[in-house]
Amino acid sequence: MGWLNYLIAPGFLQTSQVRSALILGTAVAVCSAVMGVFVIIRGQAFLGHALGDVGSTGASGAVLVGVQAIWGFLGAGLIAGASVDVLSRRARERDVATGVVLSAMLGLSALFIYLIGQVSTSTGVTQEILFGSVFTVNPDLVLPMVGLALAAVVVVGFVYRPLLLSTVNPDGARSRGVPVGLVSFAFLVAMVAAVEQSALVMGALLSTALLIGPAATAIHVTRRLGMTIAVSVVLALVDTWLGILLAYDSFNWPPAGRGWPVSFFVVAVMVVAYSLGQAVPRTSTVRAE
Amino acid sequence: MAAVQFDQVDVAFGRHVVLRQLQFDVPEGAFVGVIGPNGAGKTTMIRLVLGLLRPNSGSVTVLGQPAGRGGRQIGYVPQSFAAEPDLPLRARDLVGLGLDGEKWGFALPTKDRRRRIDACLERVGALGYAEEAVGTLSGGERQRLLIAQALLTSPRILLLDEPLANLDIRSGHDIIRLISEIASETRITVLFVAHDVNPLLGVLDQVLYIAQGRAVLGSVEQVVRSEVLSELYGQPVEVVRVQGRILVFAGDEMVPLGHEELLPHGRPRSLPAEP
Ligand SMILES: Nc1ncnc2c1ncn2[C@@H]1O[C@H](COP(=O)(O)OP(=O)(O)O)[C@@H](O)[C@H]1O
Ligand SMILES: [Mg+2]
Repeated sequence: MGWLNYLIAPGFLQTSQVRSALILGTAVAVCSAVMGVFVIIRGQAFLGHALGDVGSTGASGAVLVGVQAIWGFLGAGLIAGASVDVLSRRARERDVATGVVLSAMLGLSALFIYLIGQVSTSTGVTQEILFGSVFTVNPDLVLPMVGLALAAVVVVGFVYRPLLLSTVNPDGARSRGVPVGLVSFAFLVAMVAAVEQSALVMGALLSTALLIGPAATAIHVTRRLGMTIAVSVVLALVDTWLGILLAYDSFNWPPAGRGWPVSFFVVAVMVVAYSLGQAVPRTSTVRAE
Repeated sequence: MAAVQFDQVDVAFGRHVVLRQLQFDVPEGAFVGVIGPNGAGKTTMIRLVLGLLRPNSGSVTVLGQPAGRGGRQIGYVPQSFAAEPDLPLRARDLVGLGLDGEKWGFALPTKDRRRRIDACLERVGALGYAEEAVGTLSGGERQRLLIAQALLTSPRILLLDEPLANLDIRSGHDIIRLISEIASETRITVLFVAHDVNPLLGVLDQVLYIAQGRAVLGSVEQVVRSEVLSELYGQPVEVVRVQGRILVFAGDEMVPLGHEELLPHGRPRSLPAEP
């Protein structure tokens, strides 16, 4: 069993932080993987990324006033998402509106993170906001986070068909009575939940990795939506679990028994999966036109 | 009963008057070519029929009811939809959205659902690529899927917004033939938007010519004439028939219509705003 010890450092599943991390990571992975497929189909990858980045504003603000980072992440994501929704009445204005909201909020983030540096002696807080903190998440948060992830997935399941119809034929959807604005907003809120939860695990800067990476790989190797979502979820789960395992193992690694960031491992595994996926040719047969 | 009635319809966006005093009745079962230069207001007219836009004044009546109640009675084919090459949606799933895309949740894969989708795919000649990913299909193939999607609820009116815009001439002719076959089989009313009347000459019953914010409905012989179009454009227009084709020239420089970019001042002037 020596090799197994080498692969899974002793005490992996006995540690309560690891158990919390695995449960939280699982919820976040499933939620991000499902949402990511729709984010890519709807061409909202930039918005998804921006929502993660602006999370840092909320989280650093929350830390300053002594609230849990997750509420800052979620609050900032909602404010940013709603602002973009209001500012971009037409799809082609969305990227511009996103850029404006992103800059405005990151400006605040710069201030907040500077202030944290002034008032706090621990440098770890900023590191956790930007790059994730799955092992130090308050265990009381695990259950609400699982509930939130579940709720986001249920919302997307509920708007599934109208969301697709509004994406491929918005005027057709409207004429058939689909409340297109409401459906898009519901999806946006679900997306905020996914991105900001992911920010808790992966950090504000890397939360999109979990949103876009598995979904992009899955979209490349499948051609029906149900299968795409399933593959995306499996990839995200394997990726997150491996990331957590490797991060746990890395507590014994140099330089100083502190453990490497989980987000590094998750992204490393993701890049490998994505490259393997790109090596697979598109699934559809090439036909004569 | 008329399929579509416009009564004194005015539409303006802010101070920009787009449609002025539109007044026409499209009879049920007619195949109408909606012709006009870019920016004339063709899409705006379609959106009025769909009930997505309210006129500033006047009324739009569809099948005897105010526009907007049409729902499943109207099939709508948008000008195009941008499918990423990777869009993980099979042709049959895209078409299936036409059946029940407005309902919440997932579609249950029942036999009846599959049969109806297959029948529609077959009708537009798309059964052969039903299982392919939409993103890998050609423009003409996607156009057929959008038509199938629009037909799934057996609508009484079919609106097609520039379905020929991104197609080569041959696929364009195939689409026109398909629509005219469907029209004669089902007696569906068709509003077919195009900026050139020529490809449609063999199939249309009436032409709705829109220019400078105004519109005239009638047979090709009645409408596409120098006097009528000069009146419509408010400037000299010359209509010439050559070997069964119709050429329309406008402006003092007599630039062929549809090529307004050749005019020294760009497009024909838009209408002045209402005082
Ligand atoms: N939502 C809108 N807001 C402002 N202007 C619009 C809007 N929709 C259309 N227009 C204007 O109305 C005119 C007619 O547009 P449209 O109906 O799309 O023309 P067409 O389809 O004939 O090319 C154009 O000048 C366009 O700029
Ligand atoms: Mg148009």
